[in-house]
Order: sequence, then structure tokens, then C-alpha cells
Amino acid sequence: MMTLWRQLRRQGVLGLNARNGEFILPTNDRRHYPLVDDKLRTKALASQAGMPVPELYGVIETEHDIGRLGVMLEPYETFVIKPAQGSGGDGIIVVVGRTRRRELTFRQVSGALITLADLQHHVSNMLNGQFSLGGHPDRAMVEYCVGFDPVFENISHEGVPDIRVIVYRGVPVMAMVRLPTRQSGGKANLHQGAVGAGVDMPTGRTLSGVIGNEVIDEHPDTGMPIAGIAVPQWDVILASSARAADITGLGYLGVDMVLDRKHGPLMLELNARPGLNIQLANRRGLRLRLEQVDRALAGRGDVTARVAFAREHFAHEPQG
Amino acid sequence: MKNRHLLGLVLALALTGLAVFGYKVMVLGFPMAPEQVADTWTIEAAVSFDGGPGSVRATLFVPTLMPGYALLEENFISRGFGFSTQLAPGGREAEWTVRRAPGRQVLYYRAVVYRDALRRGEDTAPEFPPPPVLDEPFATAMRVLVDDARERSADSVSLAAALIRRLNEPVPDQNAELFRSSARTDTELAQTISTLLAGARIPARVVRGVLLQDQARDAAIVPWLELYDGNEWVFLNPRTGERNLPPNYLAWWRGARPLLHVEGGSNAAVNLSVRRNPVDAMLLAEGRADQRGSRLVEFSPLALPVQTQAVYSFLLLIPVGALVIGILRNVIGFKTFGTFMPVLIALAFKETQLLAGLILFTLIVSLGLLVRFYLEHLRLLLVPRLSAVLIVVVLLMLAVSILAHRLGFETGLSVALFPMVILAMTIERMSIVWEERGAGEAIQQGLGSLAVASLAYLVMGITLVQHLVFVFPELLLLILAAMLLLGRYTGYRLLELRRFRAFADDRSRS
Repeated sequence: MMTLWRQLRRQGVLGLNARNGEFILPTNDRRHYPLVDDKLRTKALASQAGMPVPELYGVIETEHDIGRLGVMLEPYETFVIKPAQGSGGDGIIVVVGRTRRRELTFRQVSGALITLADLQHHVSNMLNGQFSLGGHPDRAMVEYCVGFDPVFENISHEGVPDIRVIVYRGVPVMAMVRLPTRQSGGKANLHQGAVGAGVDMPTGRTLSGVIGNEVIDEHPDTGMPIAGIAVPQWDVILASSARAADITGLGYLGVDMVLDRKHGPLMLELNARPGLNIQLANRRGLRLRLEQVDRALAGRGDVTARVAFAREHFAHEPQG
Repeated sequence: MKNRHLLGLVLALALTGLAVFGYKVMVLGFPMAPEQVADTWTIEAAVSFDGGPGSVRATLFVPTLMPGYALLEENFISRGFGFSTQLAPGGREAEWTVRRAPGRQVLYYRAVVYRDALRRGEDTAPEFPPPPVLDEPFATAMRVLVDDARERSADSVSLAAALIRRLNEPVPDQNAELFRSSARTDTELAQTISTLLAGARIPARVVRGVLLQDQARDAAIVPWLELYDGNEWVFLNPRTGERNLPPNYLAWWRGARPLLHVEGGSNAAVNLSVRRNPVDAMLLAEGRADQRGSRLVEFSPLALPVQTQAVYSFLLLIPVGALVIGILRNVIGFKTFGTFMPVLIALAFKETQLLAGLILFTLIVSLGLLVRFYLEHLRLLLVPRLSAVLIVVVLLMLAVSILAHRLGFETGLSVALFPMVILAMTIERMSIVWEERGAGEAIQQGLGSLAVASLAYLVMGITLVQHLVFVFPELLLLILAAMLLLGRYTGYRLLELRRFRAFADDRSRS
């Protein structure tokens, strides 16, 4: 066991305790948390800064508002409903179509049908804080459903693949593409069974992936190789991630982006306590890169300089 | 900098806790283990005499210097007598006085003593005694005996031992016989030896005491020899010359004077009785603290009303449970429902016992989950839904209790001690995890919580742990210090080693 410990240590694998104690606590000021914990505030902030985000269709704040949910959804064929303060992707419903039989029914991305009444109950649960951290009363937001770029079509099963970038002191340090699987029910969450594939920082090309803690080379549902796909507009993604750190003031941040067919990279949400599985996806420890940023004090430069630093230093090279 | 601050704080907390703990154990004698029994001895001296026509003055030696023993309490019982105690040569005297006391009078002195190995005898250095002035042929015999003994010895203790052996030989020579014949009793013999030692300029005296044996009525007064070897007082057996003091020997007074002296009365007698009283070591320690004027006991849970004590004996275990949780979560990496839910469940297990507790908990949570899944169909708002689950939990608990009582399983009754709000929250969160992440994850987390609760229960159930935190609440400072350290533990959690084990063979693959 001690050998394993030393091996992880040598490769700079970051544990939960170290992430919290050495990086999040010192660099993430607690007063900045509401900015990222509330997706509505994040969205407003990002829009102000001119960063592209999925369009907001509407917000439901009270039980009374739920009554007009049907009216609110009228103009949209596809949309996403999510709790503003949800965590870990819980509570998100992605609607990709509708059928009108006896009552208004929506088709979810997974293929399951949900009636308007069920949807309203779900939204009511959101407002009551079922999905929010600590059970606080919450708001539900309805927004544009990303029509995702076909680049990942072969290696994802339904749902929307997204890109997670870890940004430390303004410098993007590690990234992965999250690919939904049948098991994850179209959700791009690793703990729900999605594939995480590491990304080479300089080139934006995918590496091999992981499911859970297991390393894989092919997508489990499509059987296509995961590695070697170039993420489009990689420079925009890196620059947006670096910007996101500036607008929130958080030192350690997870930025979630999606690639939209029409709008290009859109910022979905930010996370002040991003998970550690990204290390498995890249099969690289975070600590070495974080310490490199600390030494270089690169956080001081502007976005271009920081992105350049990341591309220069964080190539996925064979480990020596 | 931050680390130094933290380390300083941790060190200060740990040292404070340990210092108070050490003081209570070493000095006040608080027992480290539960239900320790300590012996106390009650010695009663019944003084009786016939009063004369005039005033009466009765003086009785009472114990002061007791090597190996300490006084817990003493009482003087008399009616109509004036009473005082004073220090006198040879010890402490109790003095009863009365102007007129016709008839048989009985006075009592009662002392409770306990073994205290730290108590030493006197440590003041006495002066060299003047050589005794004896008539011939005693003076010559003494010189011969002392000179002989001096030749066969290296120091004052071995000289005294040689002298004692010489006097106690079965067939003594004529010099020894001279002294032997005038010393009939042990006391007189000891007295004679101390006189001879004075001839060798060695300070010595006779100690009188009793042997603490259970149920000794009419306990005999046993003389012992005490001599100063230039450094400290040492005890010698006046019959064998061995340097020792029987562990159950309670020194009472010193010197040649009798235990009781009555002026103005006749037929004076004193009867010593000894009784052993096993006492809870806790009570003894409290008494001792009281005697030393230590206020530590007054500011400890022991000073609270018994009912409140019972509550705290429970509450003080929570930090122990929290420590277990802290270690299991941050060092091992267990996942549980709610941070402290397992501690509260573990507390409930203390009443139900582990197996019954596990069964009852599983029963209530499973039934509650069924109800919760049903309620999901009704589309209730969150707070009323939670309340509904809570009400169902209470009803379930009641039903289980009644059913168990009917069937004669009395352990089923203790289900009432489960924290029901916590149960309701657990059911709610478990059902959400069930829906969001699947049954596997929910059951896994549920089992994890139960495993942690069981472990916390086992640790909190150790009688020694219960005793230690209750009698020595200052040990919680140590737990606090450990928690602060744990708060800065940034190493891997053990389960993370498993999670990241793909890195172990990474070198070969990429």
C-alpha cells in the first residue's frame, strides 16, 4: 500500500484532502462561491463579460410561476430545465421534442416521456431545494438546449458531451471531454457513468478515456476509438476558461463548456469544487501542474499569456 | 506560519489536557479504569475509663505521620467533654477534658485511611542523640555490644541490624542477656535497641502502630524501629533486623509513652479495632481532592446532579464518535449519509445493542423508503413531504415497539431512542440518491453509513473510553487537538489509493 501511496505521490496525483486543504481553501474566497453556485448569477456575469452562454428562456421562482410553465415553454421545441443551484448535474431535464396526445408530453433526450404535470412537480421540487446544496430554496431555469457539434457524435451516446477545464490562478491546467453513455442516461457526469477523456493541452486532441476508475480506449456504446479527436475551437475554449477565473475571482475552478453547432463553445457552468476524476481521464496528476503555476506566478499575466503558458507547459508527454 | 500557529495550538491543547489528566491520575488518584475498588481502612480506638471524683483529662495519641498511608477523615466522638488536639513529642494528641465524669466513660476516635504510596515518613534530619548514661554493668555491656556490632557493619543500618540480631539470638551471650532480661515485651526490646543505638550516636526511635488486617478487634500494637541513616528514616524489624516495613503497617505514634494517658480516672483501657472498607475508587479520589482543597472535582461532571451526569456520560461520547467519523471519512474515505448521522445512530445503538439496532434501523429505513416512493407519486411539496415521512417514521417506530412488546422482544422497545428526524432525513436523502444515482449507490451509501455507525458504536461502547471521557473530560482537548491536526491532513484517503490505482502501472503504458 505504501508503494502505491508513493507512486501516486510521485506522479502528483491530487487527493480530496489535498485539493480542499492546499488549493481550494487558500485560493477560493468563500464570498465568491455564490457566483458559481447559482447558475443564474454565473450566466449573468458571463454575459456581461461578453462570454457566450446558452440563451436563458425563463426563470421560475415561485410555486405560482409553475402554473405558467406550459405557456413559457410554448415557443420552444427543445430546452433544458435545471435548478439554479443544483450540484453534480442532479435534477437536470433535457427535452428534445414534444408530443400532444391526451395531455402535453415532452420527450427527454433519453427517450423517456414526461408529462407537463410531471415536469411541474419536478420544478416544484427544484424550488423547494431538493437538488440544491444544503436544501436551500432554489430557482428553476429554462434555457437553450445545445445542439451539439457532431465532432463527438461517434463517441457519445445521446445527451450532450461537454468539456471540463480546470483553471488554477487563471491558468488552464487540465482538461477533459465528458462523453455520455447509455449507463449515464445521456448525462455528462462521470459519477453517473459517462466517459471522461483527457485532452492534450497544447493541441486540444483527445487522449484515451476512463469509465469510473477504469481506463478504456473505445466508447462502450459505439465502440469507436476515443483518442485523437481534435476539439474544435480549442483556443477559444482555453481563453474562455481563463476569463472565467477572472470574472469570478476564484483561484481553483472547474469550467464546463459545450460545443454548439451554431454558436461554438458556450459556457455552461462553473464549479468551485471540481472533481478529481479528470486526473484519471488524463492519467496525469494535477499537483505537478498546479505547483508549476505556483512557481511561475503565471496568474499575473493576461488571458493570452496564461493560455500560452498552459499550451507551452502542459503537453501530454510520456512520463519519465 | 499558519502551520506553526496550528501546531502551537494543538500542542497547547494537548499539553493542557494531558496536564490536567496527569494531575488527576497521579496526585488525586482518579482511577484510570472503570469500577476500580480501592481499600480504605477504618480504625477505631475506643477509650474507656472510670471517672474519679475530680476533673478528668484523657490524652490519646492519634495518627499523624503514616508512611504509605494518608488520612481520609477522622472523627472524635464524646459527650460532654472538652476536646482539643495538639502536636506533642511522638505525634499528635487528642485531649478530652471534663470537670466531673462519674461512672464508666467511653470515648471514640475513628480514622479512615487509605493506601497512598507517595506518602513518606518524616524527612527532617534529627540531631545526634546524647549518649545514654547507664549504670554498670549496663554501660560496659553496651560499649561491648556497640563496638562488636560496629566491627561487623558498614553503616548505621547494618550496625543496627547486627545489634538487633545479637540481642535476638536464641542463646544470647551475657552482654546481650543483660539487656534481654530487662526487656520482656517487643516494645521494651525496641526501646532497648534504640537506647543502644543512641550509644552508637545513631538517632533511632520506636514507632508504634497497628497491622491493618480485616476485622481485627482488639488489634495489637506492634512496635517497629525507625532509625535515621543520615539521609532518611528507615524502618527495621526489631526482631530480625531486616530493613522493611510491612505494607499493611500503619504507624500510629512514636516514642515510649503509652497510647492513652488518663489523669483523674482509673481502669483506663483502649481497644483498637480495624475494618477494611472497599470503596469505589472514584469516591476516594473525590475525597482526596476535597482534602487537598482542589477545586477540580467541583468543576467536573462529577459535581452535577446524578441525572445530569447520566446525560453527560452520553454527550461526552459524541466527540469520540466524531473523531471516529473524522478518521473514517478523511483518512479512510468512507461515504455516509449526512456528516454526523452515523454518530447519532451509534448513540441509539448503545441502547438497542448492535444487532437489534442494525435490524431495527434497516427495518425502519426500508419501510420508510417504501412509503417515500409511494409519496413520490402524489407529487407533494418538499416540506410537507418530509413531514409526512417523519410522521410515518414515528408511526413505524410505535408499531415496531408495540409489535415487539406483544411478541416479547423487549429490545424492540428501544427503537424509540432512534433519532427520528435524522431517520426521516436519511430516508429522504436515500430516496433522492436512489432516483438520481440508482439503487446500487443508495444502498452502498446506506451500508457505508451503517458500517461507520457500527464502528463508532464499537469505539464508544468500550467501557474504558466511556470512563475516561466522563471522569477526565479534559481528554476532549486531546480529541480537539487531533481534530485540528486532521483538519490539516492533506494526504491521500486510503480509498483514493484504490480510486487512482490506474496510476500505479502508468509508467509502462504511456
